[in-house]
Amino acid sequence: MRLTLHVWRQSGPSTPGKLETYPIDGVDADMSFLEMFDMLNEQLTLEGKEPVAFAHDCREGICGSCNMMISGQAHGPWKGATTCQLHMRAFKDGDEIWVEPWRAKAFPMVKDLVVDRSAFDRIIQAGGYISVNTGGARDANEILIGKEVVDESMDAAACIGCGACVAACPNASASLFTGAKITHLGLLPQGQPERDRRALAMVEQMDLEGFGHCTLTGECQEACPKEISIDVIKRMNRDYAVAAARYVEPKETAGAG
Amino acid sequence: MAYLARFWDSTIGKKSAEAMHDYATLLRTSMPVLWGARIALIGAVVLHAVAALQLTQRSNAARPQAYAKKAPQVTTFAAKTIRYGGVLLLAFIVFHILHMTLGVVAAPGFVHLDPYNNVRQGLANPLVAGFYLLAMAALGLHLYHGTWAVFRTLGVARPSPTPLKRRLAVALAAIVVLGFAAIPLGALAGAFTEQPSPVTAEGH
Repeated sequence: MRLTLHVWRQSGPSTPGKLETYPIDGVDADMSFLEMFDMLNEQLTLEGKEPVAFAHDCREGICGSCNMMISGQAHGPWKGATTCQLHMRAFKDGDEIWVEPWRAKAFPMVKDLVVDRSAFDRIIQAGGYISVNTGGARDANEILIGKEVVDESMDAAACIGCGACVAACPNASASLFTGAKITHLGLLPQGQPERDRRALAMVEQMDLEGFGHCTLTGECQEACPKEISIDVIKRMNRDYAVAAARYVEPKETAGAG
Repeated sequence: MAYLARFWDSTIGKKSAEAMHDYATLLRTSMPVLWGARIALIGAVVLHAVAALQLTQRSNAARPQAYAKKAPQVTTFAAKTIRYGGVLLLAFIVFHILHMTLGVVAAPGFVHLDPYNNVRQGLANPLVAGFYLLAMAALGLHLYHGTWAVFRTLGVARPSPTPLKRRLAVALAAIVVLGFAAIPLGALAGAFTEQPSPVTAEGH
C-alpha cells in the first residue's frame, strides 16, 4: 500500500521542530508499524537524508520504548497494543498518518520521536519499591494472598511505563502510571510497611516533575497498551488522602542506642 | 388529574406568593445561621474557583507544545467544556445574587422578601430567563462529570469493570437541572400569574 506520513522532525531539544511529509510506497499489510518506519528510514538514507530517530527495543510489547502518537492516538488505533504490536493492516491504501512524539513538559525532547522519560524513573525511585531483608530465599507461597487481590495487583503491575497515559491525557497527567505502581504494591502484604510513605512520596514526585492533574477524562485507560483501569487512580487518591491524614515522618534516631 | 390541577393551582396560583414569602422569612429567623451558610457557600465557591484556576494553569504548563493531531477517544463533551462552564456558572452566581437577592440588576419592581413577584418580574425578560437556562445547562454538564469524578477523586468508588459508566451522575444531573430549569421555563410559559405582594399586605 501507498501511504503519506507526516513525521515530527526535531534535531535536538533546543532547536524548533516541524512536521515533514514523506510518501512511502510498497508497505505490506503484515508489517508492524516499526517495520514500516525501518523501511522509511532506509528510503531516507538512500535519499541522503537523516533517518527518523525513534526509540524501540523488544518489539513485542513489553519494554515500553516504542512511543509514537499516531494520528492523535498514543500507540495508534489498536486497543491494548504498543506501537510495535500495531500492524499496517490497521491502515488502508492512500491513508495519511501523523506521527508525533509524546508531548509533555516532564518528557523533554531528545530527538525526532524520542523523548526522555526518566521522570517516570524518579517517581519509581521516590517509593515504587518494597524493602525486603536479605538472606535466604523465602519460600514461595509463604504468605497466602487471595486471588482477587492478586489479580487486581497483577493487572496494575502490567504497566510497562511507556508513558502513553501521559501522552493521551489532555492535562499530561501521570496519574495512571503512578496509580498503577501504588496499586500494584499497595494491595500486597509485602507493600504494607511502606504504603503511606510510598503514596505520599510518589504523588509528590509526580507533581514535582511537572505532570498535570487528573480530570478523569478516561483517555489514559483507552490509550494504555496494557489496558490498566482508571480504578488505579482512585486507589492512588485514597491512599494519598489516608496517608496525608495519618502519616508521621519517623524521628531521626540520634546517637547509638 | 383534577387533583393534580388543583394542587398545581393551589401552589402556583393561590399560595405560592405567600409560601415563598414564608420561606424567605423562615431563612431570616436566625441571621447568624443565614450568614454562616452564606459565608460557607461563598468560601466554597472561592476555593473551588481558585483550585480550578491553579490546576488549569498547571495543566497548560504540563504540555507546552500541543499535538498537531489529537483524537480523543472517550472524553465527554462535559469534561471538555467543564472549564468554560465553570466560568459561566461563576458569572451566573454573581448575576443571580445581584438579580434575585439584592435586586439591583435586571430586576424591575424588586421588593425585598417578595420572592414570588421578584421571580415573576425578574424572569419575564426572555433574555434573562434564557441566561438562567444556559447556566442550568452548564450546571448539568458540571454535575454530570463532577458527580462521577468526585467519588474517584476521593477514592471511595468501588472498582468497576466499566469505570466510565455513570448512571448516578446522569440521574442527579437530570433531576437538578430539570428542577431548576422548570422555574425560568415556567416564567417563559407564563405560569407565574400576578399576585398581591405579601410584603405590602402585611404592611411593611
